Amino acid sequence: MALYEHVFIARQDISAQQVEGLVDLAQAVLEENGGKITKNEYWGLKSLAYRVKKNRKGHYTLLNIEADHAAVAELERRISLNDDIIRHMTLRVDEHEADESIQMRNKNRDERRSARREEGNYERDAS
Amino acid sequence: MSQGRRPFGRRRKSCPFSGTNAPVIDYKDTRLLQRYVSERGKIVPRRITAVSAKKQRELARAIKRSRFLALMPYTVDQ
Repeated sequence: MALYEHVFIARQDISAQQVEGLVDLAQAVLEENGGKITKNEYWGLKSLAYRVKKNRKGHYTLLNIEADHAAVAELERRISLNDDIIRHMTLRVDEHEADESIQMRNKNRDERRSARREEGNYERDAS
Repeated sequence: MSQGRRPFGRRRKSCPFSGTNAPVIDYKDTRLLQRYVSERGKIVPRRITAVSAKKQRELARAIKRSRFLALMPYTVDQ
């Protein structure tokens, strides 16, 4: 079985739960065809660099997939029929990243930074 | 040629993606890729960035993937 990275962007006005629903759908399609998802990363609602199908923002999700070509072809077919998904890309890779991808690391770091900034504000308010 | 000061001596920079602990080129790493595009969003030629030919091809591929996923712009309008 080959390894794939699959990134899809969902419409901005659906909820994070609905995005999870899309992931479940992808998982179901793959499992039907003897594949599996080894990692699922939700990058969050990010602003797009340009408008895609009239959207300015999108929910990004990365899936690491271990499946045969047929399964991935079926997944692509189903994904492209889905109106909630505005863009997707599947890449075959030689190996998967073991830990979280750079997008996830950046996201976590930014969250920590803003949390720290808020703490700093509280301290300043208190003094 | 390596000895003595050259009159127009700017030393040849080495490729930023070669050697030990060089960064891995990844289409997801927009922060890294951003350094290799101009203000207008165009890919910077390798004669300016000193990236090796092999790595430049890899870099261009990563930038194009990143653009497709709307992580990076195709053009930046002034």
